[in-house]
Amino acid sequence: MLSNILEFFDNIFLYIAGLIRHFFAWLGFNATVTEIGMGLVYFIAIIAVCVLCALFYVIWERKLAGYIQRRPGPNRLGPNGWFQTIADAIKLLTKEDVVPLNADRVVHLWAALLIFVPPMLSLAVIPFGRQMAALDLSIGLFYLIAVSALSTIPIFMAGWGSNNKYSLMGAMRGVSQMISYEIPMVFSLLGVVLITGTLEMQSIVAAQNHIWFVFLQPVAFIIYLICGLAETNRAPFDLPEGESELTAGIYTEYSGMRYALFFLAEYCNLFVIASIGTTVFLGGWQGPFLPGWVWFLGKTFVLFSFFIFCRWTFPRIRVDQLMNFGWKFLVPISLANILITSIVLFVFNNGLGW
Amino acid sequence: MSDAVKTQTYTLNLGPQHPSTHGVLHVVVEMDGEYCVASKTKIGYLHRGIEKLAESRTYPQVIPYTDRLDYLSGISNNLAYVLAVEKLMGVEVPERAQYIRMITAELMRIASHMVGIGIYIMDLGAVTGAFYPFQLRERVLEMLSQLCGARMTFNYIRIGGVAADLNEDFFKHYEAFLKECPAFIKQYHTLVDDNEIFHARTKGIGKITAEKALNYGLTGPNLRASGVDYDLRRDRPYLQYGKYQINVATTEHGDCYDRYMVRMKEVEESFRLIQQFIQDIPEGPIMAKVPKVIKPPVGDAYHEAENPKGILGCYVASDGSTNPYRVHFRRPSFSNIAIYDEIFIGHKMADLVAILASFDIVLGEIDA
Amino acid sequence: MATNYKESLLKHYADKVTFSEEKAEEFWVEKENFLEIMSYLKRMGMDLLSDITSVDAKEYFEVVYQLFDHASGEHFTIKVKLDHEKPEIESLANLWCSANWLEREVYDLMGITFLNHPNLERILLWEGFDGYPLRKDFVNDHHNRMGAKPQ
Repeated sequence: MLSNILEFFDNIFLYIAGLIRHFFAWLGFNATVTEIGMGLVYFIAIIAVCVLCALFYVIWERKLAGYIQRRPGPNRLGPNGWFQTIADAIKLLTKEDVVPLNADRVVHLWAALLIFVPPMLSLAVIPFGRQMAALDLSIGLFYLIAVSALSTIPIFMAGWGSNNKYSLMGAMRGVSQMISYEIPMVFSLLGVVLITGTLEMQSIVAAQNHIWFVFLQPVAFIIYLICGLAETNRAPFDLPEGESELTAGIYTEYSGMRYALFFLAEYCNLFVIASIGTTVFLGGWQGPFLPGWVWFLGKTFVLFSFFIFCRWTFPRIRVDQLMNFGWKFLVPISLANILITSIVLFVFNNGLGW
Repeated sequence: MSDAVKTQTYTLNLGPQHPSTHGVLHVVVEMDGEYCVASKTKIGYLHRGIEKLAESRTYPQVIPYTDRLDYLSGISNNLAYVLAVEKLMGVEVPERAQYIRMITAELMRIASHMVGIGIYIMDLGAVTGAFYPFQLRERVLEMLSQLCGARMTFNYIRIGGVAADLNEDFFKHYEAFLKECPAFIKQYHTLVDDNEIFHARTKGIGKITAEKALNYGLTGPNLRASGVDYDLRRDRPYLQYGKYQINVATTEHGDCYDRYMVRMKEVEESFRLIQQFIQDIPEGPIMAKVPKVIKPPVGDAYHEAENPKGILGCYVASDGSTNPYRVHFRRPSFSNIAIYDEIFIGHKMADLVAILASFDIVLGEIDA
Repeated sequence: MATNYKESLLKHYADKVTFSEEKAEEFWVEKENFLEIMSYLKRMGMDLLSDITSVDAKEYFEVVYQLFDHASGEHFTIKVKLDHEKPEIESLANLWCSANWLEREVYDLMGITFLNHPNLERILLWEGFDGYPLRKDFVNDHHNRMGAKPQ
């Protein structure tokens, strides 16, 4: 009985998807149109997940930051201030959207929209639960890496289009930082791919049935976390924003809705990074008793809280130290990790060969 | 490639509206990418003409203006001005008043250093580091507000003594402060200078040699961080400081890290001194017998006091009337930041901010 | 290092310095001998030029220097009288870097010209400000000050 209920909740989103599919069929759509319709439904679902998570994480970050800093944090609006983000969002939406006089208008305006594309694309292949991925690509991990690298472009667009020296400086920093940290990040994921022999996200999750890869690849996990922070431009790697140095870096000239979009995208990016980390290292949606998607969200929540903890604890690293750390420390370590993993795997699979 | 790629330097206005210029400091820096190649510090955005204003006020009326100089340590500023006027008048201040002055001045030093350190850490990117010191500062301000009702512009030191005696509420908050201060210092060392990134960001940044520091007229913690053992409280004691052994904190490198360390050590020393002063404070009046209308004799006096930010000198010239003929303040932050243009060069953008903040400047004082 | 600055100063420049009667640490210098004596004091080890200020005594200007030897705590207040019509004095910026800004402040607010100063321009007030506010004959003419012409 209990297991039935659990199974029902485990698959509740699949049932909903099935219902919608039946609804399309009942409307008399043919297979192609149904697929397109389902695609739209998935798309909306992803946006909803993305935005809701971002909304929740914004307030959660402020709460946790308040706790870390021994102050109440937002506590006025709603129960214990939990509606604060909604009020903030409405405030930002109603504010004037100022574009600097000599800005490259098109680039400036589009950057705020494009910043949202990479996290959306990434979330398409993330398995939120049992069979709960919008797309289960056979090259899922590869796709993720390729897509998340795209977020460099809107960052640079924002810096360039704002016609502000602080913005440009922030963009320069952002681009060099994100490209540099892409490499150790990919290498850290490679270790897992070596073990599973597949790039498919669901298979990676399934491979962690007995043991999570965080225990097999602890070094890779740590490297992944560091690179994840750097990829999303979070403190201590928030150089492109660099509040105390570059006023607000790339966001300096953005206001109102567009600023809110950047803000939201930052949290979506973080959610994506936490999701990938969960899927690849923490066993994805797998876990006892609770439905898979609860496990998944719970694990991302833990990772996210770790990111928040990092942000409110460490001072900002300097740009040359950042590069040194990336190229001279993380890249060699991650390469060594791959090498050792391959050797161990070879020995494990083939014996010592004599 | 034989020809180097041609690059251009660009001018960047660091301030007057910038989150880490501590107000309205304006530094025009010429940047080559991330590196600073030339810099020019511009001040004056907060100039209120305190020296000119003082000429049309009576002697006691000037005291509130001094609160607005270094607005993080109002009582220390009161003190320097009042000491100069008392020197001019030849007033003998009762011993209890002198002790209260020392206690409040040392409390003010802790309160000021708390902001100095906190904002410095925040400018390095660690926002949490700014909140913990403010909580200790809050304890100090609670004590002081029990004394004189104000938290920022105290107007507490009067010509001839102090405005009010230490009271019960003061000691109530003092107990809390006694508990919290050592715990804070320990905790803050763990939070900030156990951190590798903090070391990387501050060590070897903005180095100032002892000779250069003296030549530029640096005073206070910034001078002592460069290894110059000079503290007015010990070397030319005023009030009752001469009776006490004061351990002057110095470090040798003169970089940003040392400036932080000196301040932390000074907080510890001030904490020790406050306890000692409160133990030794004698009973007695808190005001000397001064005339209702203060008319110092013709002449001038210059008095220096060791303020949290450095040496605050006050020059008072009198023509025998009720208004000072000329008041001049030697503001420590003003003298301290003249060195910026030289030490900024060759540093990176992030270092500029670190150096700027490590000096613990207050613009109210710089612009007077 | 000479321990007693006053003695050696009186020995070398007895005719050029006039010590004050009330204050042992204060002496007057003629404008012509000023740089020479300050260079001498610098060579002797007075390493901290703490403060420069000025007083408008209506008939003349008085520039007041506060000079210290940080190690021994020796202190001199040096005063120079300047002509009210054309107040000029040698700059000390080459001896003590701290003089640079302090002199600029005096120039800005009192209008005393420092000769051979590397960068003598207004520091607290803006370029184009008319007059020197700390002078006693300064008229607080708001329109004039803001650079706006009265209608």
